[in-house]
Amino acid sequence: MKRMPEVTITQEVSDFMEKHAEETYNNECCGFLYGHENDARKITLAQRVENTKDGDKRRRFKIDPDDYRKAELFAVQNNLDLLGVYHSHPDHPARPSEHDRKQAVPFFSYIILSVMSGKTAAITSWQLNDDHQFEEEEIKTLQTKSL
Amino acid sequence: MAKIIIPTPLRKFTDRSNSFETSSNTVVKSLENLVEEYPDLKKHLFDDEDNVRSFIKIYVGDDEIDPLNNGETSVDEDTIISIVPAIAGGSIN
Repeated sequence: MKRMPEVTITQEVSDFMEKHAEETYNNECCGFLYGHENDARKITLAQRVENTKDGDKRRRFKIDPDDYRKAELFAVQNNLDLLGVYHSHPDHPARPSEHDRKQAVPFFSYIILSVMSGKTAAITSWQLNDDHQFEEEEIKTLQTKSL
Repeated sequence: MAKIIIPTPLRKFTDRSNSFETSSNTVVKSLENLVEEYPDLKKHLFDDEDNVRSFIKIYVGDDEIDPLNNGETSVDEDTIISIVPAIAGGSIN
């Protein structure tokens, strides 16, 4: 059986995303994920970004291109890699929708938080394969800041 | 030479380079120069009609430009061109 790829995140990043997702409920939240990719992918910093989707934000998120451009710049200036984005699914499972898949870009980890009745119920991570299909990544959470 | 900033998701097609220096004198020619150097990048940047894909945004400095109408915008050695993928999604199909 094929082994699931892994992504490591710090407890701080996990807590940060949960807080953001629950504060934003019942709208979708979104943010950037930074860290390093050497032998393994390690996410050490999360950053909130505004959901700029026009109209109803309960089922959709959109990141302004200029915010994205600044995130790439932030990564370069801080010797980090921009490794992905996170977003929440209020009252929906932590699984990517077809809409998520169509909009997705290669390489990034897409972390999804399912928030049920205002509380985080599950966190999953996904990455596109060469056939533009999502494959789940196993999330390993580190209790320490030092990676 | 203008510098093109490669977004992280596309660096797998540029041998992990985060930028590319080009001596071309317009925005579109600079992008064409980039995909000549990294052919695997082409299908992610241009559609079948060789136009920049709709979900890719192009910035010259701090300003977004429309490559279809402003692709001939001239660039010089101080110009920074950024390639920005649209990031979006949502819980229902």
